[in-house]
Amino acid sequence: MASVSPLQLSVFRGDAEGGEMVTYSVPVREGMVVLDAVLWAQANLAPDLAVRWNCKAAKCGSCAAEVNGFPRLLCKSPVADYGEEISVRPMAAFPVVRDLVTDVSWNYEVNQRIAPFTPSEADRDDPRAWRMQQVDVERAIEFRKCIECFLCQDVCHVLRNHGRKDAYFGPRFMVRMASLEMHPKDSLDRRPQLKGEAGVGYCNITKCCQEVCPEHIHITDNAIIPLKERMADEYFDPVRSLLRRLGGR
Amino acid sequence: MQTVPSAGPKLARVPVRNPYSALPNWLYPALVAVTLTAFALYSAWVVFGNSGGRFGPYLSPFYSPEITLRLGGFLVPPALWVAWAPLAFRATCYYYRKAYFRSFFWHPRSCAVPEPRSHGSNYRGETGFWALNNLHRFALYAITVQMAFLWFDALAQFYYQGAFRVGLGSLLMIVNVVCLSGYTFGCHALRHLAGGRSDCFSCSRVRFRLWKGVTVLNVRHDRWAWVSLFTVLGTDLYIRLLVLGVLPHAPWA
Repeated sequence: MASVSPLQLSVFRGDAEGGEMVTYSVPVREGMVVLDAVLWAQANLAPDLAVRWNCKAAKCGSCAAEVNGFPRLLCKSPVADYGEEISVRPMAAFPVVRDLVTDVSWNYEVNQRIAPFTPSEADRDDPRAWRMQQVDVERAIEFRKCIECFLCQDVCHVLRNHGRKDAYFGPRFMVRMASLEMHPKDSLDRRPQLKGEAGVGYCNITKCCQEVCPEHIHITDNAIIPLKERMADEYFDPVRSLLRRLGGR
Repeated sequence: MQTVPSAGPKLARVPVRNPYSALPNWLYPALVAVTLTAFALYSAWVVFGNSGGRFGPYLSPFYSPEITLRLGGFLVPPALWVAWAPLAFRATCYYYRKAYFRSFFWHPRSCAVPEPRSHGSNYRGETGFWALNNLHRFALYAITVQMAFLWFDALAQFYYQGAFRVGLGSLLMIVNVVCLSGYTFGCHALRHLAGGRSDCFSCSRVRFRLWKGVTVLNVRHDRWAWVSLFTVLGTDLYIRLLVLGVLPHAPWA
């Protein structure tokens, strides 16, 4: 078997104050993913290298980072896809704690601002109301596949390039709001929050969130655009508004 | 007020490589910018530089429905009565929004690629002027009416001077109207109106089937958008070349 050149793995080392890219020479094994390479460097060359990971099966979302400048799960990025030089950096949209570990706590703060699933009083007390048809379940299941890796938040240019965390919840929480707004048994009208503090209008449909999602959720097509259309129903459709008034609603 | 800084530490930029695409990340926005600009210039020439698009049974899609009106002795360009609808529909289309925000405004040029420093932090997305994009459904209503005229023209041209005839132009008009239908009826706003706005798919089988039907087209909305743009261009160009006598007036034409 022909010998394979070692991988030149360039990793960000530093914290929120600053840092530098440090290159490690890592032997390549068959089937190796970038997380393997980072963990090899940690085990053999840099024991203080900080990297967050857990399942190594693309299901926990912990190892989100940027491989050659593009948001990816390290455990789902085969080394063979990249050649002999790879750079690994922390997610650019969030403050660095250390090395590849970022502080994503802002996302959890946002999550708390979204009212949880709220069934109507009548449904709450009626056990027959909780039998759902498969077509309704399937719509909700897609949104529930989210593993909260926050790659979509990282790639979203509203948060990443413009830093508008004050104005937009980000794609992850558009998915969460879609899962609630479109749920047949949720009784809350979430459109005022969508237009207001959630800032769905800040999304300009560039679909990068959908492109990076490791769970292949159609974030833009099935969550954000339908939410924008629901917002348009309420706030940008004078015909509907007139009909609502005529109908006394 | 958020206390979390918006981004990580400043490092030298790295060439961003999208693992999902083998193409350089400037290519898509460049191609889109060139193609849309060329189409816009051609359309402007058709609308303002020409007074008609009919050759025998054929009618260019720029002139359907055919409206001839003189105001103060001057002929209003007939395509002007038509062109605003597809312009509004495509300008507010969810696919084209991605295309032009990336290509013309670099918001962003490509995923994870830094934006120009001049963009700053006063980004408003589709909350300011671009909130007009939320009126997409009204452009859909207009274009649906125009689709009825296009289908009528595409079918009516088979019956010319009391006889059935088929020429290359007939086939182009049919292909064009099929592609335009694929684009129009896969629209995200139509998907919403057809059934997406309902929380309960199982409550109306008809609405659910409509939604599924639109979804089949919607999955490839971007491709329908491009193909239909080129079929409009090709059909108009073919008929225009016949009008100008550049192409022979042969029985097969």
